[in-house]
Amino acid sequence: MSNFWPGDAGMPSEEPVGEDATDEVTEFQEPEMGHAASVADWGAKPILDVRDLKMYFPVKSSGVIRRTIGHVQAVDGVSFQVPAGGSLGLVGESGCGKSTTGRLVTRLYEPTGGSIEFDGRDITTISARSLKPLRREIQMIFQDPYTSLNPRHSVGSIIGAPLAIHQVVPKDKILPRVQELLEIVGLNPEHYNRYPHEFSGGQRQRIGIARALTLQPKLLVADEPVSALDVSIQAQVINLLQDLQREFGIAFLFIAHDLAVVRHFCPEVAVMYLGKIVEIADRETLYNRPNHPYTQALLSAVPNVKQAAIGGRRERIQLEGDVPSPINPPSGCRFRTRCSLAQEICARVEPPLLQIGKRHKVACHFAGELGHHPDRPITASLLGVDDTGTPDPGASPATDLGNEPGYSDTWFDLERKTMAKA
Amino acid sequence: MTVTPANQLEERTPDPKGAGPTAITSNSPTALAFARFRKDKKSWVALVVVVVYISAGIAAPFLVMFGVLDPQTANQDLLNANTLPAGDFWGISWTHPLGVEPGVGRDVLSRIWLGITYSLAVSLAAAFIAVFVGVALGIIAGFAGGWTDAIIGRVIDLVLAFPQTLLLLAAAPVGLAILTEQLHVPDGALAQGMFVVLVLGLFGWTGTARLIRGQVLSLREREFVDAARLFGASRRRIWFKELLPNLWAPVLVTFTLYMPAFISAEAALAYLGVSVRPPTPTLGNVLKDSIQYASGDFLYFFAPAFMIALIVVSFNLLGDGLRDALDPKGDR
Repeated sequence: MSNFWPGDAGMPSEEPVGEDATDEVTEFQEPEMGHAASVADWGAKPILDVRDLKMYFPVKSSGVIRRTIGHVQAVDGVSFQVPAGGSLGLVGESGCGKSTTGRLVTRLYEPTGGSIEFDGRDITTISARSLKPLRREIQMIFQDPYTSLNPRHSVGSIIGAPLAIHQVVPKDKILPRVQELLEIVGLNPEHYNRYPHEFSGGQRQRIGIARALTLQPKLLVADEPVSALDVSIQAQVINLLQDLQREFGIAFLFIAHDLAVVRHFCPEVAVMYLGKIVEIADRETLYNRPNHPYTQALLSAVPNVKQAAIGGRRERIQLEGDVPSPINPPSGCRFRTRCSLAQEICARVEPPLLQIGKRHKVACHFAGELGHHPDRPITASLLGVDDTGTPDPGASPATDLGNEPGYSDTWFDLERKTMAKA
Repeated sequence: MTVTPANQLEERTPDPKGAGPTAITSNSPTALAFARFRKDKKSWVALVVVVVYISAGIAAPFLVMFGVLDPQTANQDLLNANTLPAGDFWGISWTHPLGVEPGVGRDVLSRIWLGITYSLAVSLAAAFIAVFVGVALGIIAGFAGGWTDAIIGRVIDLVLAFPQTLLLLAAAPVGLAILTEQLHVPDGALAQGMFVVLVLGLFGWTGTARLIRGQVLSLREREFVDAARLFGASRRRIWFKELLPNLWAPVLVTFTLYMPAFISAEAALAYLGVSVRPPTPTLGNVLKDSIQYASGDFLYFFAPAFMIALIVVSFNLLGDGLRDALDPKGDR
């Protein structure tokens, strides 16, 4: 990673090649040199455990006396785990709350409810002072390389600032550490006295990554780290992140709206819609056998190079209408207003995030593979309601449908409609 | 690609000159702004004019002290029977390069020259007050938000809606009385000057406050502020290291653009008779006095008018040039 040349747009060793896309659903170009999709270690302990996380932003009336007239339910009851050294992808369209989730995890926002546990410590309501040592452990890569670097600071002082604040290394050793970090992210270490405006977007993003690495974090929240970059530069940055993850064992919460990038980077993916996780599964399951109609629609919208080359036409699931306002979300299932499967029960009862496979959870009353959705709500008996969503007095609802992070050993088998075990 | 333990890192300190075989020259945003400004000939001319005016303004009191300039002696012998300067070309001579004023017969050059001192002093003091109040309130409003922001916003609206000129005319005697009697400022040029400075400054800060508030609002939402918070930077550090370095450019530009506004405002106030009053000269009150002689003694009228126009245009060009140099993309 040290053979680079100043002034070059990126690293010659990792120039993307115009290789034919080998991936089924993706246009994302697989780089040449040993950057296969990340592989998960399913035995790893979770480093981040998020439970029923909520973030409501108050909406104020205009005028001098600003009353709170509502809440934007940006994140509403999200649970997930990130394994140590692993990565979880968080996808969804704009405004679904994925960035807010990232900012909650880094504690840039104070959560309205729920809990965040990092490395066994509850950090949900930790004070600013006790947060400071924790800042070394959780860092963030920002979306926009143009606003995430202060234009008035040189690269050296941008990357060196965390070192100085946390007194990680003595003052006279900040510069060599900065240069080392610049080298790690593939920039010329002699460029420490340059200013952000002298770099390209991809190089700036590398500077942002170097800054996030200074404190040697255990968890990196990557908030759309490549969406502002050219496709060719995206591949380089993703490769860099993969190298760093392998080398330093950093866990990633990878937020993106590009399904192909997430597929490459994350062995486990969660799909968000309007502040909730609608489906979470390992990569193979989610991309090949999605069970939620929203995930199916999302995946059908990904352009497919191979199919385009053959000349075939893709089946695209067109979603009608817009995302409803998070200030006043629909009752029951939040996706029902745009869902072709929606029935009465969807408006009455919110579907639980039900585990339906070893590493697969979905929040839908009619969960099933595309074209094989059941006619009757699979969740009715578990929730103790009849098929229209009216409470059934004689039923005994299952009590363990709680919003737990992670996966349990038993799950609800869709085929047999009973609990199953590995 | 592992991180070296801290105790094994080589000691190196930044090379201030960037010298050495692998030196890479770098341009800070400030250095770039200087480079852009250097290429801007128009702004250079304006800067030279402004520097000449300021030097002249500083020199004038000393020249008066050493008797080179004499703005008060009445040379009645140089006036003709119509009390206009005697001789051709409005009484120009080696001792009185711009002639003497009609009526009293004081040296015009001396009065204008010393007038520059007073005019610049008044505008400078007023600009300092306006920028200081505007920047302080703008930063507070932008950063505090909520109630504080709403109150400051309403105060700005109120100040802008105030009929300033009427208030000035009506309140001038009251204001002067308060200054001299309550605050024991010696009556005369000092009290009059202070009154003008206070009025200009305290009514002029609104533009800066709005500008700075907007800048702060946009800056504090930038991701580099979040990044600073993320690595545990203190509030103080975010303020002084992250935000303020991004604010001095608009502040400098506003300051430069306040100067011409206040110089012409002083002239207008002088015309209405509420600025510093004769015998102390300002560019404004010399011009006011000359208007009645505009046809009889054209040079006496033209000279102060030209001096005001020149400095106002120069300051404006300088401000525009600075803005272009510091902020070439309009924003960011």
